Amino acid sequence: MEKKIVIKVENLVKAFGDFIAVDNISFEVYQGEIFGFLGANGAGKTTAMRMLCGLSTPTSGDAQIAGYDIYTNTEDIKKNIGYMSQKFSLYEDLTVKENIRFFAGVYGLDIKTIKRKSEELINTLGLNAEANKLVGSLPLGWKQKLAFSVAIIHEPKVVFLDEPTGGVDPVTRRQFWDMIYAASDKNITVFVTTHYMDEAEYCHRVSMMVDGKIEALDTPQGLKDTYHAQSMDQVFYQLARAATRSAD
Amino acid sequence: MIFLMPIIQLLILPMAADYEIKNINISIVDHDHSSYSRELTHKIISSGYFVLNDYGQDYQSAFKNFEKDQSDIILEIPHDFEKNIGKLSASSLLVSTNAINGVKAGVGSAYLMQIISNYNQKIRQKWLHYNGQEIKEGMHVESRFWYNKYMKYTFFMVPGILGILVTMVGVYMCSLNIVKEKEIGTIEQINVTPIKKQYFILGKLIPFWLIGIFVFSVGLFVVARGIYGIIPIGSYFPLYAFLAIYLVAALGIGLLISTYSSTQQQSMSLTFFLMMIFILMSGLFTPIESMPEWAQFITKLNPVTYFIDVMRRVILKGSTIHELQFDFIVVSIMAAFFNIWAVLNYKKTN
Amino acid sequence: MRQLLAYIKKEFYHVFRDSKTLILLFGMPIVQILLFGFALTNEIKNSELIICDYSNNKTSEKLIEKFRANNNFLLKEVIYDDHDYNQIFRESKVKLIITLPENFEGDLIHQGKSTVLLTADASDPNTSNTLVVYATNILYDFQKEMSNNVILIPYTIDTSIRMMYNPELKGAYNFVPGVMSLVLLLVCVLMTSVSIVREKELGTMEILLVSPTNPLIIIISKAIPYFLLSIVNLTVILLLSTYLLDMPINGSLFLLYLASSILILTALALGLLISNVTNSQEAAMLISLMGMLMPTILFTGFMFPIENMPLPLQIVSNIVPSRWYFIIVKDVVIKGLGFASIWKEMLVLMGMAIFLLALSLKKFKTRLE
Repeated sequence: MEKKIVIKVENLVKAFGDFIAVDNISFEVYQGEIFGFLGANGAGKTTAMRMLCGLSTPTSGDAQIAGYDIYTNTEDIKKNIGYMSQKFSLYEDLTVKENIRFFAGVYGLDIKTIKRKSEELINTLGLNAEANKLVGSLPLGWKQKLAFSVAIIHEPKVVFLDEPTGGVDPVTRRQFWDMIYAASDKNITVFVTTHYMDEAEYCHRVSMMVDGKIEALDTPQGLKDTYHAQSMDQVFYQLARAATRSAD
Repeated sequence: MIFLMPIIQLLILPMAADYEIKNINISIVDHDHSSYSRELTHKIISSGYFVLNDYGQDYQSAFKNFEKDQSDIILEIPHDFEKNIGKLSASSLLVSTNAINGVKAGVGSAYLMQIISNYNQKIRQKWLHYNGQEIKEGMHVESRFWYNKYMKYTFFMVPGILGILVTMVGVYMCSLNIVKEKEIGTIEQINVTPIKKQYFILGKLIPFWLIGIFVFSVGLFVVARGIYGIIPIGSYFPLYAFLAIYLVAALGIGLLISTYSSTQQQSMSLTFFLMMIFILMSGLFTPIESMPEWAQFITKLNPVTYFIDVMRRVILKGSTIHELQFDFIVVSIMAAFFNIWAVLNYKKTN
Repeated sequence: MRQLLAYIKKEFYHVFRDSKTLILLFGMPIVQILLFGFALTNEIKNSELIICDYSNNKTSEKLIEKFRANNNFLLKEVIYDDHDYNQIFRESKVKLIITLPENFEGDLIHQGKSTVLLTADASDPNTSNTLVVYATNILYDFQKEMSNNVILIPYTIDTSIRMMYNPELKGAYNFVPGVMSLVLLLVCVLMTSVSIVREKELGTMEILLVSPTNPLIIIISKAIPYFLLSIVNLTVILLLSTYLLDMPINGSLFLLYLASSILILTALALGLLISNVTNSQEAAMLISLMGMLMPTILFTGFMFPIENMPLPLQIVSNIVPSRWYFIIVKDVVIKGLGFASIWKEMLVLMGMAIFLLALSLKKFKTRLE
């Protein structure tokens, strides 16, 4: 079976004045793939991701998400992606239920679907007792799982996760990755940035960004073979050491 | 920002806050068109208080201007004004005042009344003179205006506004800064060090206290003296002595606010709300004696009242410490009260 | 439409969950109306007065009685010998000292002339001026009464004064429209700007922008709750002023609400603009509160007459939206005028609203750079 391309990036550049944050990157991501987007702080990961989400206009280059062009079809792209940002992205002063309903409403789901989906979601997450509590009162791990569920509530083609597991304990992280696999099984493409090298091992393919360029792109095993490394940690060290930009 | 804003406000506010009643727009409807009516009109215009908006015979058109706020007062001179004046029956004038702004209306009509009665006096004497009767000059009122020779409103406002600004700077800075440490979490850091709470608070207050004195000095010397030409009649010693105590009270209020709020937004809103009441109930803009008793009581609990009062008295009248001892005592008590309350509350919350 | 509803519902949750702000939102106008209505007046009442009476006889006593009965003045003391006036002014709150000469009665009755000296503390030039006018009028009245006893003279001009729109000279008539302008403008500007910037700070704004929602919906949904709250606020102020301060509404309520809606719209647009240029709640608050409060109080014209200001400031006052609204409210509520007299001001407000909306929509960035 031929793999369907969902994200196609060609020679993408983003410059802020003299500073070139993203320097001519090209890659492709396939349907249902878990794509790890790695790099040190300040390497340009977030900038690249924001361009793909339509939050920021590229300086030059081309990209297509789910077949839509990022210059001309941003509105169609938005209907087909989910996004979970580095900062926690639910409303703390709304309850679990209100948050789910709000985001479902934002994506234009009808009332029946919203009801069915939110019940389903609360059941899967085991949040029945907390459904009417303010999100602000939940522990961080639960919030993150809830935020991920909300980001894919409209069954998008691609979901972008920007460092989704920062500050979360190992057990919860494991559960979080189970959710990512489940989404991938439903043919949702997962585009994830992370700092945890063990998480990089979970990805189907991994790209390494250094100083705005993509230095390496392969399966985790392939990368380890290329760089003669025992673990992804060592791969990362070898690549990141060559960086000239200081971490922010 | 924190320095520039008060200085700019001190520059602009007094110019804008000119409540002197002058340039009252008057419409005169003259149905009589006699030499008397013209003479009276002339007297009104040359008094300096009034600006003639329109002069005509049509009350309706005058009233239109009145509705549009182009004139504040209509003076209607009836037909036969001159004819009736010589008779024993009185000749009457009708004055209509736009009283939405009660003060302007009251003062404006009082000025007008004064001009009319002066004029009345004059023509009456003339008449008595013609009839060979003894001329009685009547009472002569002489008025002296002290402490503000040129009757400049800015002289009154600048010291008051300076007082408000120093208070604002002190309270805002103090409350915001401490709450910010709470929010960021650095206060936790300090709480785990062996520094005693009292020293921590003192360490916070002293810089703000110095900044307050600095802002005050800039306002007093650069703006008040340099730009408005206000030179204190009294000596600087009571001013600074009072400021030193007063700032402790103001910072105490800021400290107190910070102990009651957990986010910067809350402390901002709370400070804003309190400052509004402090400013309105301080006698800065409206006379305290005119307030009902319960409101006058509130002004007595307001530290800003005392500061503004002391500022005005020392700068304009040259009052000495001896004459201000009551204010000194009250503000010292307030300073102690707010700070003790704040420190007690601070201990409890942490 | 479904999206819009979801957004509006969410905004209302935000508003009602934040009880402290809500209290402030409704508490502030109420406190202000009460203070302005009952406590603050520019009228001059109970000004402390000292009469120095060197003559000390029946005529002077009668005159002193007249001052005692007048409620502009509060006769603090009558003194009969030399005092240092300077000392009196510096130590106490006395604003005016009237000096009656030794032969006050004799001079007045026999020679028909006498000189009375008024010494005023002019640190507040306005008050002192007014007090001197009041006192002079009382003195002339007194003289009239005295001389009426002697002979009846013709050549008397009788002046009757009508206080239009506000016969009791209540301060509320001036302040209530002022507070309305102030509260509506500030609350809307502050609340919209802060609520948008808060989403920026929290990062939720990114999520909303990544979603397929039209940015216009995000903005409208931010505006609607505060619009409705402001209308409620306005109604509370009007009820308070009608039933508590006895200030009748003479004009059309519809017109008043229409004008208020336009002002609120202008304010919301301004809030939006502020939120576009700031990135932290602190900055948004500083600009809305510090930057807006003082100019609004000053240039609306309810505290200080605009015509007294230097020309540059008068020109500046034209760009303050509440200034135009204040004129409309005075015309409609107090004078009871109709649309014909306020259409110009309405048009100016409309123009401001449209201009600000266009500007802020243009600046509202779909893509956060």
